[in-house]
Amino acid sequence: MSAPSSAPLPAPSHSQNTSGIATSGIAFILKKAVISAFVALVLFSLMIGVRTEAGPEGHLIYWTRFGELAAIVAIVFGGSIIIELLRQWIGPSGAGRLVPPWLQDAADLIGRWLAPALLVFAILIPVIFYDQRYILDLSILVLTYVMLGWGLNVVVGLAGLLDLGYVAFYAVGAYSYALLATNFGLSFWICLPLAGILAAFWGVLLGFPVLRLRGDYLAIVTLAFGEIIRLVLINWQDLTGGPNGITGIPRPTFFGIPLSNDDDGLAAKLGIEFSPTHRVVFLFYLILALALLTNWVTIRLRRLPIGRAWEALREDEVACRALGINITTTKLTAFATGAMFGGFAGAFFATRQGFISPESFTFHESALVLAIVVLGGMGSQLGVVLAAIAMIGGFELFRGLDQYRMLVFGFAMVLLMIWRPRGLVGHRAPTVFLEKNQAISSDLVKEGHG
Amino acid sequence: MDYFAQQLINGLVLGSIYGLIAIGYTMVYGIVGMINFAHGDIFMIGGFIALISFLVLVSFGLTAVPLILLIVLLVAMAITALYGWTVERIAYRPLRHSFRLAPMLSAIGMSFILTNFSQVAQGARVKPVPPIITGGYTLHEGASGFNVQLSNIQIIVVATTVVLLALFTWLVSRTRLGRDMRACEQDQTMAALLGVDVDRTISFTFVIGAALAAVAGMMYLLYYGLVDFFMGFVAGIKAFTAAVLGGIGSLPGAMLGGLLIGLIETFWSAYFSVEYKDVAAFSILIVVLIFLPTGLLGRPEVEKV
Repeated sequence: MSAPSSAPLPAPSHSQNTSGIATSGIAFILKKAVISAFVALVLFSLMIGVRTEAGPEGHLIYWTRFGELAAIVAIVFGGSIIIELLRQWIGPSGAGRLVPPWLQDAADLIGRWLAPALLVFAILIPVIFYDQRYILDLSILVLTYVMLGWGLNVVVGLAGLLDLGYVAFYAVGAYSYALLATNFGLSFWICLPLAGILAAFWGVLLGFPVLRLRGDYLAIVTLAFGEIIRLVLINWQDLTGGPNGITGIPRPTFFGIPLSNDDDGLAAKLGIEFSPTHRVVFLFYLILALALLTNWVTIRLRRLPIGRAWEALREDEVACRALGINITTTKLTAFATGAMFGGFAGAFFATRQGFISPESFTFHESALVLAIVVLGGMGSQLGVVLAAIAMIGGFELFRGLDQYRMLVFGFAMVLLMIWRPRGLVGHRAPTVFLEKNQAISSDLVKEGHG
Repeated sequence: MDYFAQQLINGLVLGSIYGLIAIGYTMVYGIVGMINFAHGDIFMIGGFIALISFLVLVSFGLTAVPLILLIVLLVAMAITALYGWTVERIAYRPLRHSFRLAPMLSAIGMSFILTNFSQVAQGARVKPVPPIITGGYTLHEGASGFNVQLSNIQIIVVATTVVLLALFTWLVSRTRLGRDMRACEQDQTMAALLGVDVDRTISFTFVIGAALAAVAGMMYLLYYGLVDFFMGFVAGIKAFTAAVLGGIGSLPGAMLGGLLIGLIETFWSAYFSVEYKDVAAFSILIVVLIFLPTGLLGRPEVEKV
């Protein structure tokens, strides 16, 4: 550590690391690495060096794992040297931001064609991968998260309200459909709008009390709200079946025609041979349509006064109020709209799975969707798609290492925030502009208090 | 009446544990202005380290219970404090001047890292320990056979909390470090201009908060006789509720809020339903923030444009 007493300046923007660059040298790097390794040794001495487990007679036994401990300390030592070398090689932070113009142009060109290309590819997926059930299922999963991401994007990305309980609306949608369908025998196409309306209603219900809250407080309250919904779902056994969930949720129909092997099934009516893949393909196009609907509605809303009010609210709430924008309706519509799409996605989830339980609606899910929105750059529709592909795809890669998945996810989230706090597509294109649409670099935009 | 008295005792003990965690939240919020989302997991890590060091000490042949407890307490505080320091260094310090949501999201990531780290390192199963401190006093023998009990462990939890609080209050109000902390809380730039090392002060805040959370973790281990990797999440939210209820940024408020949350949760479980006790605690958070956003002992936040 460098001497902390040397002339403290106002608001030193970086840690002591940057001050160390001036004194770069092998001795400095080694010293840092030794300190890091020592910290790691102390941190992991008990947590990794000793492993506890309940023994055969019920009481705890332990055994030591000094090999692993040594390996991790060595990794930290080596990693610290590499990071420090990289840092000195890249230079002071900020120098790497200057992108050459040709690269900028190329990126613009790709950016313009990426969205249509992705859309065409998405439409063609069932044609290309018709025989590969795994890819179809994975695409459905990705699209579900794309839809959730777009829904949450309305709340977080456009209106700037940090919602950590988004999964609550997903749960409301799923349980609405499951309960309405199993108890009253309503069809999917009647339940879908109902699920959306109910979720929107819950969104308003949550929105009312949190109108005055901002930033971190809002985040915690929405988190608590999400947990309350989950706990009620677990404990209200008469209605929701408790931890066992709801089984036998009806599969969706093609506007009333079941996708089954019966005589009145769709396959029989069209005169083609029945295949279970039909339903998967149908589900795929269903979620694609729902997701595109979300996207289209969001894009349209952004051009309406309400969408502009959302964006203004994100940038500065006080200025908004001073300009006479009704904060109450602006926030409530953002919550309701986001919640409605969450509800749609929930209903789709229920009909796809055929079984739901409170386990599917934990905080992890909220955090995952939020991570997708943040990684996507908060407010960027295309960014959400890319982030959803990266996240869900990444999760699939780590499928074998189930335990390590969330660990990697956590590291990714922290590193991402440090490296690019504004996400992958980190700029905010304003919807309203004078003469020329100029993207504002995210570094220049100061956050409001949302 | 006896039943009520017993619940009162239980609630106060539980409240002490929440209060110790809540202090960490309130200190960090007061100085850095962010919710240290990973603080609940620091508490969980503290519980684990206490458990492991206890096991190791017992297997070395130590038998004197007070000595073991003292060593375990010190080891848990020291190592967990280092966890707090590391978390701040890795996940929060680089983001101190970033935009507002960044530290929050980084903290959520850190919380996942800690939870899953202990799951990977120590396994997912609940770790039970045999009761280490037994015995107690019967305060009042009820007519219907219900006795009001005060166990030794409950005395230890409350006594430790009181001693630590006294120590901590002294630290904040009488020492150089405490003065630096209060200065940073009021105005970081001004404090830096006047020669306060802001970075170091913030680091110390995290270290102290983590050390107190470690004590809470150890008390939890002694009181309930188990730890598991997921206990930090719910305990963290409840302690945060306690901090908000007491008025975030206020140290006596955190303790008061902790006690209130402990009492509410205990009485709710005793008289209404055990299943919904977490719902009750979370609802209180929402209700308090709506009707009493500054908490019981907090100062109103002035909005600067």
